[in-house]
Amino acid sequence: MNTINKNKLWSDMKSKYSIYFVLAALFVISWLANENFVSVENLSNISTQIAVGTILAFGQTILIISGMLDLSSGSVLALAGVLSISVYKMTGSLIIAFAVAIITGVICNILNGLMVTKFKTPPFIATLAMMTMARGAALMYTNGQNIYQIGDYVKFGQGKIMGVPTPVIFMAVILILTWYILKHTVFGRSIYAIGGNEEAANASGISVNKIKMKAFIFNGILVGIAGVLFMSRVNGAMPNGAIGYEFKALTAAVIGGTSFTGGLGTASGTLAGAFIVGFLDNIMVLVGVNSYLQQIVRGAIIALAVIYDIWAKTKRTKRKHDLK
Amino acid sequence: MAKQLNAIQKHVKGDLKAMNPDIKLRVSDVEKFFPGVKALDKINFSVKKGTVHVICGENGAGKSTLMKVINGIYKQDSGRILIDEKVVEINNPIQARSLGISMIFQELNYMPEMTIEESLFVGNWPRDKYGKVDWKEIRKRTLELLEKEKLSYSPETKLKDLTVSDIQMLEILKAISYNSDIIIMDEPTSAITQKEVEVLFNKINELRDRGTSIIYISHKMDEIFRIADEITVFRDGCVVDSRPKEDYDMDTVITQMVGRKLESVFQKEDMELGDQVLQVKGLTNPGKFENVSFDIREGEIIGFAGLMGAGRTEVMRALFGLDAYQSGEIIIKNEKTDIKNVKSSIDKKMVMLSEDRRRYGIIPVRSVKENVSLSSLKRFIYGGRLHGEEEDRTVNDYCKSMNVKTPDMETSIEALSGGNQQKVILAKWMVTNPDILIMDEPTRGIDVGAKHEIYKLMTILAKQKKALIMVSSELPELIMMCDRIYVMAKGKITGMLKREEFTQEKIMAFATATKSQSGVDII
Repeated sequence: MNTINKNKLWSDMKSKYSIYFVLAALFVISWLANENFVSVENLSNISTQIAVGTILAFGQTILIISGMLDLSSGSVLALAGVLSISVYKMTGSLIIAFAVAIITGVICNILNGLMVTKFKTPPFIATLAMMTMARGAALMYTNGQNIYQIGDYVKFGQGKIMGVPTPVIFMAVILILTWYILKHTVFGRSIYAIGGNEEAANASGISVNKIKMKAFIFNGILVGIAGVLFMSRVNGAMPNGAIGYEFKALTAAVIGGTSFTGGLGTASGTLAGAFIVGFLDNIMVLVGVNSYLQQIVRGAIIALAVIYDIWAKTKRTKRKHDLK
Repeated sequence: MAKQLNAIQKHVKGDLKAMNPDIKLRVSDVEKFFPGVKALDKINFSVKKGTVHVICGENGAGKSTLMKVINGIYKQDSGRILIDEKVVEINNPIQARSLGISMIFQELNYMPEMTIEESLFVGNWPRDKYGKVDWKEIRKRTLELLEKEKLSYSPETKLKDLTVSDIQMLEILKAISYNSDIIIMDEPTSAITQKEVEVLFNKINELRDRGTSIIYISHKMDEIFRIADEITVFRDGCVVDSRPKEDYDMDTVITQMVGRKLESVFQKEDMELGDQVLQVKGLTNPGKFENVSFDIREGEIIGFAGLMGAGRTEVMRALFGLDAYQSGEIIIKNEKTDIKNVKSSIDKKMVMLSEDRRRYGIIPVRSVKENVSLSSLKRFIYGGRLHGEEEDRTVNDYCKSMNVKTPDMETSIEALSGGNQQKVILAKWMVTNPDILIMDEPTRGIDVGAKHEIYKLMTILAKQKKALIMVSSELPELIMMCDRIYVMAKGKITGMLKREEFTQEKIMAFATATKSQSGVDII
């Protein structure tokens, strides 16, 4: 009995914390491979680099857990950032500029949400359409030109508070917020339930459409913030910026153990996933891996993460038979 | 030498069964187990050449399981299947097809966007010498078939433009095109009109005259006696009896279908009934159920009996807000209520345990705890935060009182047995503290021990003045637990019986009735 419990505990530990073991192992290997890896400066750089993608990844995490996803986040980020900077140049107010970015993110995601809940479009298609539209809108608004000389706007993405880069602070706050939502709110529980079994969630009295809408709105807020940070970091409004960021975000979430079949995933897992990608990119540069090979490695990691997810799932169902 | 061998072979065969050249298909001692259930228990029966062999029995009697074994979808755990008195191995439907067996399923699975000619040759496309699908050949053969069977379809019509009976006819056509000499039809008339039934029966007669053996599954008495040459009655995974139609009458078939004993009897306690909690008046959703009226009082258990497709589940789903209804009134505690969705039903303290636990009950990847607290999370919220400790305590209490067997509350619900999953879902509803509990097939697919626990729980709940609605296809269970039983057939309530009037025969008579309670013809 005792050994069974111990075994069970061990297998639970393994499946629950395996991602952190991987992260720790990668950290140690990178350290051994190149001593420059572990320096305050390098680690701070990695954190800042991954911040924007990770913020998007928290939004994706919530969406993927509930059985959806957002392909539009990179484009909406660009639109929100471009509008925000343009408004800043008109008004000179950082607060209004920040608000505009968030409002843009939220509106685009309300449209995503409406397509999904009212018109029953699959999220993949709905957000694919939004991805194309938002990018077009950003390009049309700026006439395809970048806007430079953004003055104090750079403070959002390039400032430091008590030595910590602002994007990292944003990332940390949003991590805590996402964790809190998933762990301690009815909204969070409903998200897991909908992703786990939408029909059962509905039959348990959960307003599925309302929750899906809320998930998109939350995602919209994060996309808006990411827009501000991204444009601020690149010193200008770039309508063609952040192309492919939605996939960066999806990658972090998936590597972090968010299951594409829904119902599983955590905020801390996604953070770990983002850091795994960040460490890997960094160490590959430090040891001078061919940049094309880097892409292949990144892709392979995604494949591995998904294979592991499916393998863990079949193991879970197998255990059911063992219990019998 | 050859003579000797022959003699031995004859001996061996004779040992199996006496050779009978009239027998097309023989099932010998076939057994099939599912986790916790013996679905088929030493089944023996045989189908003669050129006859229609009707198999009847209640839901869950094992008819469909056996047909799936014969068609190679399931593999029997023991026993043999013989065709033309030779033992055959059937591992999949393709093998079955090559042995001349075709099955027409109750739920027709078809690809709506395919044309008739495409669908006729699915999985069996004629190829030309380059390995390319030979569409000319397909067209030629389709036209030949359609002409031979005197059917006036165009080969290019898409299946989505056809009626259910057309598609059924095509399935039969497909079976003919495979030169099947055993055709299994699983309740083929459940979705077609009376006129289409005539067409189907003509076709069946034609096939029989050509020497095809037909296994026809049904529990509609009028049909059975029209079409059958022989009848076999199934009950609880066993063959009760098998005889030519002439030796049967309707009452005998019904008695054999239902005459089952409970493995051990559970004694329901009699209770004082309180005030009326729920009254349903004329609930109607055209095509599904019509003019359904019933009522229930505090502490009462009412049952809903009927055959599959009688509309019981549909009524309960509408009542619980899962489906919309067109007209009718729902009155809860003397107050007319509009049930728009599940949430409004739960707010009115009415909950439902679904018949399909996997689909509408459990959130598979999540823990026992989250599954239990799902419908009452608001209880554990204050200051905007979900309080885990109090949730844990409540979940623990309810799981204990329901006797849920689980290693801990964090275990994923998938890891539990069916009976324990069912108790977890019950616990979920108990936490909401309901007044009315609808239970759709609460004991389906769970073992005897868990069944008894559910019965016990129902009694306890009734004692707590809760009103229980129990939908069940197991008559003994309804007879044992209920104060009153409503019987439905074809979307209407055909009868209501009080406890002292309960007999399986009476219930079955209502369930197979063609007149509604008020005497109106229901076809």
